Amino acid sequence: MEPAAGSGGVAVAGAAPSRLVSGATARPPSAPTEPPWVRRLLIAVALGFLGLFVVVPIAVVIDQALSQGLGVYRRAVTDPAARDAIALTLKVAAIAVPLNLVFGVAAAWAIAHFRFRGRALLLTLIDLPFAVSPVISGMVFVLLFGAHGLLGPTLRAHWPGLTIIFGLPGIVLATVFVTFPFVARELIPVMEAQGAEEEEAARVLGASGWQMFWWVTLPKIRWGLLYGVILCNARAMGEFGAVSVVSGHIRGRTNTVPLHVEILYNEYNYAAAFAVASLLLLLALVTLAAKRLVEHRARVVDAAPLDPAPLDPDDAPAARLVPTEAAP
Amino acid sequence: MARRGPGALPGFGLALGWTLTWLSLIVLVPLATLVWKSTDLGWAQFWALATSKRALASYQLTFGTALAAATVNLVLGTVVAWVLVRYRFWGQSVVDALVDVPFALPTAVSGLAITAALAPRGWIGSVLADHGVRVVYTRYGIAIALIFTGLPFVVRSVQPLLQQLEPELEEAATMLGASRWQTVTRVVLPAIAPAALTGFALALARGIGEYGSVVFIAGNRPMSTEITPLLIMTRLENYDYAGATALALVMLVVSFALLLGINLLQAWSRRRGAAA
Repeated sequence: MEPAAGSGGVAVAGAAPSRLVSGATARPPSAPTEPPWVRRLLIAVALGFLGLFVVVPIAVVIDQALSQGLGVYRRAVTDPAARDAIALTLKVAAIAVPLNLVFGVAAAWAIAHFRFRGRALLLTLIDLPFAVSPVISGMVFVLLFGAHGLLGPTLRAHWPGLTIIFGLPGIVLATVFVTFPFVARELIPVMEAQGAEEEEAARVLGASGWQMFWWVTLPKIRWGLLYGVILCNARAMGEFGAVSVVSGHIRGRTNTVPLHVEILYNEYNYAAAFAVASLLLLLALVTLAAKRLVEHRARVVDAAPLDPAPLDPDDAPAARLVPTEAAP
Repeated sequence: MARRGPGALPGFGLALGWTLTWLSLIVLVPLATLVWKSTDLGWAQFWALATSKRALASYQLTFGTALAAATVNLVLGTVVAWVLVRYRFWGQSVVDALVDVPFALPTAVSGLAITAALAPRGWIGSVLADHGVRVVYTRYGIAIALIFTGLPFVVRSVQPLLQQLEPELEEAATMLGASRWQTVTRVVLPAIAPAALTGFALALARGIGEYGSVVFIAGNRPMSTEITPLLIMTRLENYDYAGATALALVMLVVSFALLLGINLLQAWSRRRGAAA
């Protein structure tokens, strides 16, 4: 068995590395440690760093959003333009996330359970959108579908009414591009760690391919899937750079929530900009809470031994999630 | 170990087929368009556009600030990972959750918030202004925004490795007479170095391409505080597709190179992790 090179571990620029598959070993209290003053100093440095760089920005958003009072806040978030932006953002996410969900399951199935030529290359190519600047992610679609693009003039000749760039299709395409790796990246290590013994058993017992998928695979990967969807959705709703390139900034038509925030800010309407931004902050905090919950549930559910697989007596229950290939 | 071959499990053809189709439609064809468009330019024109004075100034700013921010994150991110894994303190799980905020917060919001905090009348900016320091609309402001966006990478790369590191290793070093400082610098840090460097490279890659969190604080003056992604944006807005394409291709090549380096670092990191 060749090692599962290049598939587990840390995702590339843009996403949190998977925290569903972990191999933590408990540290005994007797382990050597630093003198108390060093410990206190390091904790102070870490807390100071996170306080300045994370807590202050969060607090600033809330403070600025409420700086002109609750009335202004309420007007800003219920303004027709804001409502249109929220509706568009929800619509874009509702299209882009399922598309990447289907892709992610297919890619993870092929990559986690099969060995084939070019597998490592495929993994790298899936990561590509994380490494590309958001501006370039949007720009490539302008080069393809724009008025002077590769396909733009042809499309316009055949379907005069169709707008891709400066319209919903362009925004969806750019969003699918930037969120492309999320679900696949989360599922691959989960599927690799779980193996396919249950699926093989289902096949031996006579299940069809789809029966096996619906009744065995999907329940097995549900936490990993949910985790990927949560991260994918957060990025889809919050994407700014790529969407900024392909949307025409048309108020009420092609303005997503992040773009609406920018417009308000550029109009010096700071309180309103931060009020709408606070909705995105809320989205981020809800995302993090949901992510925590899924991590917790995944650990509790998946750590319970379902099969009598021989476990190393020294291993913590969670060690079952570690890919066997990675064991020394 | 179960046999993993096309004979045992169904769906390989369908899954791989869909994967390759979708990958081509969404990622490969659009990126290929960029490369194809740049061949339109011809070498001389490409070189002139990619190395114009304004472009060179933007590369210097973009790579310089991304490098500085990734370095700060390398050091402080390792400290944060260390503190989260090794020590127990009140509010720890909240602190651990805070690390992910830069991933979850939309970049436009981060950009606005950091700008507002550092503005001369902002919470931090007013303190700095008292000492005659101004960071908004300077390269220092850009670096600060990039420290924020890159913050989770080193922490989340180092954390799992630090957790897996067997305590026996350090106990052995201590019993053989090493001081705590020697144990940490000679045993622990070399073991986590590949993971820390992976995090550093991820933060660097993210910082180079970053747009949303930087535009609000950068000031965007050509030749001084204009990052490359913004210059591409400006070119696009002026329908200068040739100029935008040349710059984008340079950035794409750099991203490819970094992605390759990150993959190599991760392979190294995994070997270290398996050996530890």
